[in-house]
Amino acid sequence: MNYQRIKEKLDILADAAKYDVSCSSSGSKRTNTKKGLGDSTSMGICHSYTEDGRCISLLKILLTNYCIFDCAYCVTRKSNDIKRAAFKIQEVVDLTINFYRRNYIEGLFLSSGIFKSPDYTMERLIAVAKKLRTQENFNGYIHLKSIPGASDELMHEAGLYADRLSVNIEVPTISGLKLLAPDKKHEDFTKPMRKVKQELLRYASERKRIKSTPKYAPAGQSTQMIIGATGESDKDIMFSATHYYQQYHMKRVYYSGYVPVAEDKRLPSMGSQVPLLRENRLYQTDWLLRFYGFKVTEIVNDRHPNLDMEIDPKLSWALRNMEYFPVDVNTADKRMLARIPGVGMGSVSKIIGARRFRKLNWEHLKKIGIALNRAQYFIVCDSRHWQRANLDSLTIKGKILQNSRSKFRTQHSNQLTLFN
Amino acid sequence: MMNKKTLIYDGSFNGFLTAVFNAFDEKISVADIQKNGRVQNGLFSDSETIFTNVAKAKRVWSGVRTKSCNAINTIYFAFLSETDGVEFMCYRYIQKLMATKERKHADFSDETVLYLSQLARKVSREKHRMEAFVRFQLTKDKVYFANVEPDFDVLPLISKHFRNRYADQRWLIYDIRRKYGIFYNLEGVELVSLDLHEIHHNRTGKSTAFTQREYQYQDLWSSYFKSTHITSRINRKLHVQHVPKRYWKYLPEKKEAV
Ligand code: SF4
Repeated sequence: MNYQRIKEKLDILADAAKYDVSCSSSGSKRTNTKKGLGDSTSMGICHSYTEDGRCISLLKILLTNYCIFDCAYCVTRKSNDIKRAAFKIQEVVDLTINFYRRNYIEGLFLSSGIFKSPDYTMERLIAVAKKLRTQENFNGYIHLKSIPGASDELMHEAGLYADRLSVNIEVPTISGLKLLAPDKKHEDFTKPMRKVKQELLRYASERKRIKSTPKYAPAGQSTQMIIGATGESDKDIMFSATHYYQQYHMKRVYYSGYVPVAEDKRLPSMGSQVPLLRENRLYQTDWLLRFYGFKVTEIVNDRHPNLDMEIDPKLSWALRNMEYFPVDVNTADKRMLARIPGVGMGSVSKIIGARRFRKLNWEHLKKIGIALNRAQYFIVCDSRHWQRANLDSLTIKGKILQNSRSKFRTQHSNQLTLFN
Repeated sequence: MMNKKTLIYDGSFNGFLTAVFNAFDEKISVADIQKNGRVQNGLFSDSETIFTNVAKAKRVWSGVRTKSCNAINTIYFAFLSETDGVEFMCYRYIQKLMATKERKHADFSDETVLYLSQLARKVSREKHRMEAFVRFQLTKDKVYFANVEPDFDVLPLISKHFRNRYADQRWLIYDIRRKYGIFYNLEGVELVSLDLHEIHHNRTGKSTAFTQREYQYQDLWSSYFKSTHITSRINRKLHVQHVPKRYWKYLPEKKEAV
């Protein structure tokens, strides 16, 4: 190993990859076969955390940061005056294996600038994954970036070695894309996504008939959108996200507050604050749609195109829909329990487990771990005491804000635990 | 009235379960269940020493299982917390479980159930932390070695995870506080105790036990770690919340911070 050379490349190519926020390593079901190395059956482990509090579970690097394109929002774009470097395929394989064996990482997340052509680049990414799987017998997690514009054949091959594939849509609206990434067409992004979706469906149905059907991208596909670069509304973002979840069977959509990387008059200026709080609210909304049974139009719509930054979106929805409340925690169904502000899915199942034995009162609810500072205005339980007693939603909001700690006001709340 | 008795067992989980078996079987009215060596005699209770009996332990085990699989985990995890008095709480929990028809383990409005499930969660959190924060260093004789200092006795809980994951390399995870380790020899995992002369964490500098290459990989990892921060997003508080300081001395990426 040429240590100096590798270190230099790693510095450049990890730095360029850090703006991709996805670091998930869960959702795959690759077991260790024949005493090989690694598995990705667990929930996905964060082996460390960045100093901005994000999970580090994968070695996240670019194969190269040479790029023939010039997307305004990207550090790697060709007009940016930065140091360039490129890994050899074997170098990425060695780094991955050696980091993995020391329990630093769950696997590899490999992306790349586009050099020569999309297909040429995609082929190199696949070559790394193939080597890891076939030569190193590596069963850890592999996330490959689908290069916009890559051919269907390559996207098929990529899924045979990767656990997850992703294309970052980056700009939530088509008009924004025209403005910021004039070399790329919307179809360049959607084509590989569509191919991956079709293959996922095809393999799933084949597996129903033939058990031994090989795996195809078992952790599915994901995408990322940049937030706050083009003046889009929260409604634009969440409608887009819903579209990708539905049309392309995305496992995850990530939202990444735009970090200015160069002066460009089409974009927020250098040093503008990263919209971390907004990012957090979008994640909370995403959660509500995926796990809490909300429809997107319940949270954002023409009347409410933007999320309330002061309070979480579930609370915000509840305050607009007071007719559904109070909910009786001792009788309500699961769906309604999940809609109570301050009650997470964990608490929902605890309530259901506990109320078989006795009627629950405030004391029980508190011990179970419900955030009563929010929930109290929306529930009745085994007590004559009802907190809301004819308060209107504005008053309730005021009371909650008064009693909540600074977490609703600080900027640094992007990774606050969601709803609990 | 029958005299209350303190049951004294050898500290093993099977020993504890044997004590529970005897208590049920002989209808003992239990004052407490204590590890030998740690006995604090109650003024008004007799004590009885329990001899670990795997067959009896198994019967308790399968009895609990017929009630709930979750409950089994809760008991075992809570037991490994080594909290004072946890044996008696586990005993009470098993009593309640056996006296109820169904789903008692989910009754979070019951004090004992809630207490044990919270304790079990703490242990489970520590288990996950260890799965995340173990850092192997490759020794000159080709063993991937890690020393750890977990808050609870979690090595029995993480053994399977590491065995599945690192099936083709020899590895050893050593608990410095409890003075034993688990060693995987490519066939199976065995318990070992070591005469550890130096503790291999960040402060000791370079040890001759490891190769030059090992330190290079540690450096590459730390420099990778550094390049993952986005300066405009820095949030130290959150960082420390996720990676509590007491773990830092074993993490190469925190070498400079220590
Ligand atoms: S193609 Fe990709 S790497 Fe190249 S400038 Fe655009 S976003 Fe950046």
